[in-house]
Amino acid sequence: MARTVWDSTVGKKTVMAVSGIVMLLYLVAHVIGNLKIFFGAAEFNHYGHWLRTVGEPFMHYEWTLWLVRIVLVVAVVAHAVSAYQLSRRDIKARPSTYVHKKPRASYATRTMRWGGIILGLFIVWHVLDLTTGTVHSGGFQEGHPYQNVVDTFSTWYGNVIYIAAMLALGLHIRHGFWSAAQTLGVGSRTRDRALKTVANVLALLLTAGFIAVPVGVMTGVVS
Amino acid sequence: MKLTLRVWRQKNADAEGAMSTYEVDGISSDMSFLEMLDTLNEELILEGEDPVAFDHDCREGICGACSLVINGDAHGPERTTTCQLHMRSFADGDTIDIEPWRASAFPVIKDLVVDRSALDRIIQAGGYITAPTGAAPEAHAAPVPKPDADFAFEHAECIGCGACVAACPNGAAMLFTSAKVNHLNVLPQGAPERETRVLDMVAQMDEEGFGGCTLTGECATACPKGIPLVSITGMNREWLRAVRKGKR
Repeated sequence: MARTVWDSTVGKKTVMAVSGIVMLLYLVAHVIGNLKIFFGAAEFNHYGHWLRTVGEPFMHYEWTLWLVRIVLVVAVVAHAVSAYQLSRRDIKARPSTYVHKKPRASYATRTMRWGGIILGLFIVWHVLDLTTGTVHSGGFQEGHPYQNVVDTFSTWYGNVIYIAAMLALGLHIRHGFWSAAQTLGVGSRTRDRALKTVANVLALLLTAGFIAVPVGVMTGVVS
Repeated sequence: MKLTLRVWRQKNADAEGAMSTYEVDGISSDMSFLEMLDTLNEELILEGEDPVAFDHDCREGICGACSLVINGDAHGPERTTTCQLHMRSFADGDTIDIEPWRASAFPVIKDLVVDRSALDRIIQAGGYITAPTGAAPEAHAAPVPKPDADFAFEHAECIGCGACVAACPNGAAMLFTSAKVNHLNVLPQGAPERETRVLDMVAQMDEEGFGGCTLTGECATACPKGIPLVSITGMNREWLRAVRKGKR
């Protein structure tokens, strides 16, 4: 069965849909956590520490966090590998383009591939910046996420990279969520409008929620 | 009407092709697009040139033989087949680009004619039922609910022209395959092969070198028979159901 799924274009699209939904659910939790930054350093840092103690005493310190990280890495890799293989196949299936070109699909649909690459690069930078601190501007302080976030968004490039990536994320979710519903066979004529609305609302809320943090730092609401 | 045509000319499957420009005059707005091409070909033959090869058969919009990408649209600007497209859809003095279906699964044979037998092989893989044939069976023997009959008929309208493949930026045959799968899978006559049909047809579709679906919706926009995009969703549902049932 696994072989059938992986060898089929329809199956690989299913892998993309499922991994995409896993990442989307994570982003909803992520944005809610991010917004705690507007309630001060104490609450935000406390939330950051709590992420490491979730599930105790059943789970050991950081076990839940690592479990989530593993699931996310698997989801990102599965999503990217499927997208790469399907894209190569798609390009091969249409080697010569028309002399008379007519782009008609929506902007979000046409930018899924480039948007995905931008998001992949962003994730690498984001982890190196705020999880490991490798490329962090100013001294990265382990256990002080509030200050680290303020430092990142005090640089012009930190703001530019982040906001550009979040706009790409919004476009990606706009087409991706609705598309996943079609791939998993839950779309229908009667549900189409509802699914498109949910996709747009999710894209808008997530993008606005994430961008609120750098905007907060830039305007001095968060300092 | 006087028109400038830019037509894809290619001697054979192995030759390099290119767009050639022709002028045609005396075109009536009541002519079909194919009759306009017939006029061009008559002139070319009189001049001792090779006429433009293009597929056509019934010229009634029901056989699926005619193709042509006209000004970037499969079957041209109207939602119909090329044979049912009339010159009144164009203006005097227009320049019209005419190209063949483009997909690696549809190799060009000559000029505007492509080999669409890949679609036949998808049908052979599962687009049939094993019910006994012969005299028409008693109509009440296999009751079909009206909504199911309508659904099946909507998908049975597919004439297999390949416009969906031509319009798809990925050269995918998802809309064609989904029309065939949905048409038979919803009916009691198609029930015995419900799972194997979708698995075999999708496998054959992949084997033919068609691309995958990115849900751009270009196929459903181009389809002269109005097969809806949600048809693909229905096939995905059938495919996942068959995989879950462990039929492969």
